[in-house]
Amino acid sequence: MNALDAKGVKHFFSQNAIYIILVLLIIGIAVADPNFIGITTLRDILLQSSTRVIIALGVAFVLITGGTDLSAGRIVGLSAVVSASMLQMSDYPRKFFPNLPELPIIVPIVLAIVVGLIFGLINGIIVAKFHVPPFIATLGSMVIVYGVNSFYFDMKPNQSQPIGGLSKEFSKLGTGYIGPNGTYSIPYIVIIAIVVSFIVWVIFNNTRLGKNMYAIGGNIQAANVSGINVSRNLIYIYAIAGALYGLAGVLEAARTGGATNNYGNMYELDAIAACVVGGVSTAGGVGRVRGILAGVLIFSVINYGLTFVGVSPYWQLIIKGMIIVAAVAFDIRKYVAKK
Amino acid sequence: MPEHPAYVLEMNNISKSFPGVKALDDVTLKLRPGTVHALMGENGAGKSTLMKCLFGIYKPDGGEIMLGGQLVHINSSKDALTLGVSMIHQELNPVPQRDVMENIWLGRFPTRGLGPLQFIDHRKMQEDTVKLLKDLEMDIHPKQKVGDLSVSKIQSLEIAKAVSFHSKVIVMDEPTSSLTGNEVEQLFRIINELRRRGVSIIYISHKMEEILCISDDVTIMRDGKHVGTWEAKELTIDKIITRMVGRDLSNRYPERTNVPGEVLLRAEGLTSVHPHSFKDVSFELRKGEILGLGGLVGAQRTEVIEALFGMRALKQGSIHLHGKKIKVKAPSDAIRQGIALLTEERRVTGIFPVLTIAENTVIANLGRFKTPYGLISNARIGEVSQQSVEKFRVKTPSTKQLIRNLSGGNQQKVLLARWLLTDPEVLLLDEPTRGIDIGAKYEIYSFMIELAKQGKSIIMISSEMPELIGMSDRIIVMREGRISGIVDGKAATEEEIMRLAAQ
Repeated sequence: MNALDAKGVKHFFSQNAIYIILVLLIIGIAVADPNFIGITTLRDILLQSSTRVIIALGVAFVLITGGTDLSAGRIVGLSAVVSASMLQMSDYPRKFFPNLPELPIIVPIVLAIVVGLIFGLINGIIVAKFHVPPFIATLGSMVIVYGVNSFYFDMKPNQSQPIGGLSKEFSKLGTGYIGPNGTYSIPYIVIIAIVVSFIVWVIFNNTRLGKNMYAIGGNIQAANVSGINVSRNLIYIYAIAGALYGLAGVLEAARTGGATNNYGNMYELDAIAACVVGGVSTAGGVGRVRGILAGVLIFSVINYGLTFVGVSPYWQLIIKGMIIVAAVAFDIRKYVAKK
Repeated sequence: MPEHPAYVLEMNNISKSFPGVKALDDVTLKLRPGTVHALMGENGAGKSTLMKCLFGIYKPDGGEIMLGGQLVHINSSKDALTLGVSMIHQELNPVPQRDVMENIWLGRFPTRGLGPLQFIDHRKMQEDTVKLLKDLEMDIHPKQKVGDLSVSKIQSLEIAKAVSFHSKVIVMDEPTSSLTGNEVEQLFRIINELRRRGVSIIYISHKMEEILCISDDVTIMRDGKHVGTWEAKELTIDKIITRMVGRDLSNRYPERTNVPGEVLLRAEGLTSVHPHSFKDVSFELRKGEILGLGGLVGAQRTEVIEALFGMRALKQGSIHLHGKKIKVKAPSDAIRQGIALLTEERRVTGIFPVLTIAENTVIANLGRFKTPYGLISNARIGEVSQQSVEKFRVKTPSTKQLIRNLSGGNQQKVLLARWLLTDPEVLLLDEPTRGIDIGAKYEIYSFMIELAKQGKSIIMISSEMPELIGMSDRIIVMREGRISGIVDGKAATEEEIMRLAAQ
């Protein structure tokens, strides 16, 4: 009976390690500085996590198929620039498009998301039809997208000046909230992240595309034998991921009130790290939305919490790196033990 | 200890069991110095298990191995190599990007230098290689990239490598399976040279003429048992066949109660785009029929049924279902037409190891779980997979278990359940009982007969002759990509099938 209990406890810990780490982390920081616990902290951490969640969910689609996506960050940057360039106040002196009237906010937003989707689609076609390994295919598109973005950003009259003076309506998307002013309000951007997470959860769990995604990552040959059109599904998945990066770029521009061609740089690495820590297997076939959310939150808590208690940012990097490696080592050990 | 033992290698009374199977039962193999010793038996007779015991890949449960009259314990193929025992595998595995000499001396490059500073001595390596290849009269350049060599040359290279280890015993597994007539002659010349130098060869092959031509002794195995060892000159092809087969089939197969009806599927002149694959394959499959597909490894049986399933391109030929010509360009086309394929390599092309039993069960047929809103109902998936698991008697506490936690037999039942959910008319089963225990085998046989009774048509590839005869209404026998005969399942004998398959 005791042995069974011990086994049960071990199983519980191995299945929920990520959530336990999250809780321990919060407790540890709270012990160092009890002021950490509070609604302001929660609001700030959620706010910081929102765009990261959206990017991480995009990357998760690709990781679960057994692929990887290095172009995520640069696509975020491109769509941030595209949306910001078309959503400046009409009376702003250094406008990207001086003669552009103030557009209905939805038009540039959709356009920026579509730009992300198109680059995701291209990634998918290169991976699925030309059989280029995802690491290489998206490494290439990462560089290309940055080039395209820099070209666009350098057009006259902007010539690589940071884009600012965003329209009130657009800025409000990034900084607005519902509820009373101050601590107890819920930012729009958090609501958007929650809605996106829910939609992705539905796609993962209740659509053919989602089930096929797990199957392709679980065993691509068996997926083919089971009648799944592997290349078509892969193209859809990379396209959806691209669209999510596009949305994240729009929100980044709206949140920060501007954009440059360097927006989003290296965000893909944070996203991959969050997914991996959240239990997404880089070997494919495994990953859940709640794990990914926890993975993102862990890194936000580390960023915010360790700064809060005054730990050096350099220490934060070292701790983050160790968590990534430890999470994967732990995950692989679990797999090896089962063999 | 005798100065010159009569045998260079003795494997005495070797036994090996796996859960549910006795793979080797008291097998003895004695190899005389400087001879070629053929090891024969049907697929699954235990030849490769015996060799795996010799190379330490399996640890025998009983028996002893003597080399040069001394008892040895071999724990790995590296041990075997140091003791002078090498193997030339059927699937050669050189490092194709590197050159001939590096492949031969891999892991033991000659070096020179001072103390701990050792560098590879390329000149010595090349000289040694030239001498080695010259002694064996092999026409291969030491600096040639191995990836550019023909299969036959690569095989020669592997033999040269074995010789460079001063091997006393060389095992060759189906060495002629991918050689042309000239290349076979070349190989035999090399074998004769080795024999002259006192090297002994264990020669595993299905090809009877070859064996009678090259070998001195022949050991025949059947069902993991040693049937006997004879001098090759005492034997004829007929004698070998009789000794390889011949056993009783009582009670290993359920009674066949299915009744074949009208023709359902017709294949006409199927020819692969690959020149060395199947050619001009035509046959008919009746409703409710179990059609066996027999032949030796390499007869291209899998390729034919994969073509029916849209996984292999056809150069010529057509497939007709219900008298109408159908096009199958991808597995999804085949599934839509009511064709299902249970593949041979369960792990490679069958299961999704990291997914649950439920997910594995429904993956080929997700469309039927859509709710009116277009979403997939996991509750329905749970119900249907639970029903499947019960129907096929899969032993598992829950359909939420990962499929990789099941035994092979239970995994196979899940895969069978997966395909039945697609509501197929034609089931293609490629070695459906390979690697599963006897109890699960019987269950799968019963399911097959039950399905045929319901009017499903089955094509079953099997390399086990008794299974073919015990289960099939008719048996197509293939040899080297062509149909060599079609026999009636009730009247067929193992001798007859073996003759069609091997000659």
